Amino acid sequence: MNLEDLAEIAEQSVEAEKSQRHCVRVCMAASCQSSGAGAVLEGLRQHAKQDADGGVHVKPVGCMGLCSAGPLVSVDATESKTEVMYKDVKPDDTEELYAGLDGAPLERLRCPTDIPFFACQQRIVLKNSGIIDPENLDDYIAAGGYSSLVRAVTEMTPADVLREVKQSGLRGRGGGGYPAGLKWSTVAMAPEPHKFVICNADEGDPGAFMDRAVLESDPHRVLEGMALAGYAIGAEHAYVYIRAEYPLAVERLKKAIKQATKKGLLGRRISDTTFNFEIEIRLGAGAFVCGEETALMASIQGLRGQPRPRPPYPAEEGLWECPTLINNVETLANIPSILARGGDWFKGIGTETSTGTKVFALAGRIAHSGLIEVPMGIRLREIVEQIGGGIPDGRRFKAVQTGGPSGGCLPEEHLDMSVEYDTLRSAGSIMGSGGMIVMDETSSMVDVARYFMEFCMTESCGKCVPCRAGTVQMHELLDKIAEGRATQADLDLLEELCDVVQATSLCGLGQTAPNPVLSTLRYFRHEYDEKLRPESERLPPLPVVTGDH
Amino acid sequence: MPGPPVTTSTGMKVRVVTLKINEHDIGARETDSILDVAQANHIRIPSLCFLEGLSTWGACRLCVVEIEGYPRPVSACSTTVSEGMVITTHSDRLKRYRRTILELLFAERNHVCSVCVSNGHCELQDLAAECGMDHVRVPYRNQPYAVDSTHEMYRVDHNRCVLCTRCVRVCDEIEGAHTWDVMGRGIECQVITDMNQPWGDSSSCTSCGKCVQVCPTGALVKKGTAAGEMEKHDEFLPYLAQMRGNR
Amino acid sequence: MSDSAKITLATAWLDGCSGCHMSFLDLDQRLIELAEKVDIVYSPIVDTKELPRDVDVGILEGAVSTEENLQVARRFRERCKFLISLGDCAVSGNVPSMRNTFDLDDVFDRAFVETVQTQPGRPTESLPTLLRTVVPIHHVVNVDLFVQGCPPSADTIWYVLTELIAGRTPDPTQLTRFGA
Repeated sequence: MNLEDLAEIAEQSVEAEKSQRHCVRVCMAASCQSSGAGAVLEGLRQHAKQDADGGVHVKPVGCMGLCSAGPLVSVDATESKTEVMYKDVKPDDTEELYAGLDGAPLERLRCPTDIPFFACQQRIVLKNSGIIDPENLDDYIAAGGYSSLVRAVTEMTPADVLREVKQSGLRGRGGGGYPAGLKWSTVAMAPEPHKFVICNADEGDPGAFMDRAVLESDPHRVLEGMALAGYAIGAEHAYVYIRAEYPLAVERLKKAIKQATKKGLLGRRISDTTFNFEIEIRLGAGAFVCGEETALMASIQGLRGQPRPRPPYPAEEGLWECPTLINNVETLANIPSILARGGDWFKGIGTETSTGTKVFALAGRIAHSGLIEVPMGIRLREIVEQIGGGIPDGRRFKAVQTGGPSGGCLPEEHLDMSVEYDTLRSAGSIMGSGGMIVMDETSSMVDVARYFMEFCMTESCGKCVPCRAGTVQMHELLDKIAEGRATQADLDLLEELCDVVQATSLCGLGQTAPNPVLSTLRYFRHEYDEKLRPESERLPPLPVVTGDH
Repeated sequence: MPGPPVTTSTGMKVRVVTLKINEHDIGARETDSILDVAQANHIRIPSLCFLEGLSTWGACRLCVVEIEGYPRPVSACSTTVSEGMVITTHSDRLKRYRRTILELLFAERNHVCSVCVSNGHCELQDLAAECGMDHVRVPYRNQPYAVDSTHEMYRVDHNRCVLCTRCVRVCDEIEGAHTWDVMGRGIECQVITDMNQPWGDSSSCTSCGKCVQVCPTGALVKKGTAAGEMEKHDEFLPYLAQMRGNR
Repeated sequence: MSDSAKITLATAWLDGCSGCHMSFLDLDQRLIELAEKVDIVYSPIVDTKELPRDVDVGILEGAVSTEENLQVARRFRERCKFLISLGDCAVSGNVPSMRNTFDLDDVFDRAFVETVQTQPGRPTESLPTLLRTVVPIHHVVNVDLFVQGCPPSADTIWYVLTELIAGRTPDPTQLTRFGA
């Protein structure tokens, strides 16, 4: 497979699409599927089959973003025609919808595409999402897929690839924000002959589904990113570590690996060069901590999934003590575009220290929830009020939670802050992997903190003392405060435990577990204070036993 | 600047670096951990899961130290020294952290020193005294834990276990039996024998008793000992570890 | 008669074995020296029925395990300027707290039915109202000083009291510890 071959496949696909009367795309990502997209797809296919005129192509595609309005169907999302999108499509609607293809669009189900939810987005990672059929390799190739990889292995040196990634300023999208180019260079410079690439797809933050959507909607993009990474650092073996709770993503990844290997885009002698690259899938068994890189590697090696102290970092001593590059799904999904359009192009998007775009899973008390991709540096207010459509039911905005259990809650006064790694951190939250939960005035911030602490407590691996025993005690204290049984002394103790757990825990999970408490205390301390009782009314730890004893 | 390479007893060449611990200038091999170097220079850093002769675990977090320029404290057992490091081992903050970690441990399970067979010979008890942890502010969890007395000679009392995994490591790394392991997650973690079988039914256990000798508390003990009678001896360990390493 | 120049001292024994008070009595001849500087205004070892209103130093032995223990602890906190938890039961719950891992019904049965040969059965009166959980004193009221030990030695107690008399805050952690 060389560049000409790719171009030929692309041309054929484009021609085929042009010859069609209409192209009907049905979102078959997990969210729409669970609200009945499968039956909608089947219904539309039946109508197309029975259509005497023919020429209507019904195509399953990946996530279109507006998950709260699914199942979504998009008609003629091509450059030459005007796209019509439908929301909340039921199987019974398909006949009417199909009938409207050549006539007036079905207004009852119409979903406007010029609303800020779509218009304010800038898509790199999600460029093909909702457009191509994720199970069709030719569709990806038609969208320019694998041309970056083929060009890299045939025309560029590994150092060239590395230079573009460095130049792009891309930072890790898994949460830490470590510069990808720097990480790649470290592994590339390691003298050891065996190296590994790992794609971290163990997405576990509550309410976060960015990686799932990317893998379900455009799996080849991630594979291509991995292969480019392998070429740049000199690795021939790679793993995708993905949670077993994402069966659809797993299935599509498997299929994608098979297709790409068959076409010579993965496996041995890629594009007839000496570059070999094999990708294996490893399933996570539901432990949040396995998203932590050292625990993840232990899990791949068949060991108990728990972290070890760093350094040594995986880039120095990783999988089976070989230098290992671990990147998150979204980070790797950016790579093909960076190589296709150059590091400078990517650097031009976003801000100086946070380049490119970021995918967020927008959820909570917000009109439009779903998956969005926005340029870095966008104001939080724009995400909440325009893209998200504001708070429903006439309620007031209270806070937005970013970064999941490791992140924090930001209040109204921070809405005009620009979304960047460093600004979020200085405000007491983090970029995280991209979960964004909006809360309105009815949410209790103590309850929010308690919820996330419960999550960290149950997901603690139990290895280090502060996280294992500290999260339990912090949760207990939050319980006590939420139920009005606590005094100021309990709150003081909670704050002290936050400090200890943050400073002394072994891995990132424990170190960041206090963040939801600390950020809610920082901005909503009065909500805690209101629940405290005076010291003189201090209660004994547990109720007195009375009655027959 | 790092000094010239020196040759170790095993013939490996390592560099010598200079660093500061608590204002003292110290020279050390760059492969040594902060804990090793401190020990060699008679600077005591409290630790619990670490045991010379076993692999480093880094889980008790009592040996945390501050290094200038580092964003957060690091565990001395798992961090190797490097040129120019400026290390503090006993700041007020670190002392407070250690006390709180000990409080968390004492509250986690049921450590009633006065009636423990290891009373007076217990590393956890000693650490509380050393770190000035004289009372536990967090609520005691008061969860009952099992006591397994099925082994002919030894007993495991999970009420006293601190999950340091010394038993797991010594059994795997020195004895080579791998009878012990950890099951569960978070606060539910527990050391187990074989696939969570009664210890007495274990087919892999060689009854060597190394786990008992390295256990820092009264969790693993010899049967027939009364309160305060269980003294442990782990002096054999560095020797055995070295012999295994030389093979 | 209480001498107003002397430091007033009150002690009480909650859920414990009285060992800490025994250790106090082990001060032996030093008790005489102590009596010159300290006035014991309330204690199981003196004959006073009520805790006076203003006491300089209060010492509590034993854990809090009954409603009455709770009242005593609160009264001591209210009326004593400086409150000391004496011994492991007061500081950590110790042996009395070992019942916490059992169901209270089972505890009663073990105490009054299973292990009793003559007339087994729960008493219907003069049994204190038990708290569901036995806790150390500082979990119900603020405590100023913790003296560990089961029991703390007479020397430790002597050190603590003489330091207090001298107007210093003692640090007994070098002399005693949990289980000592």
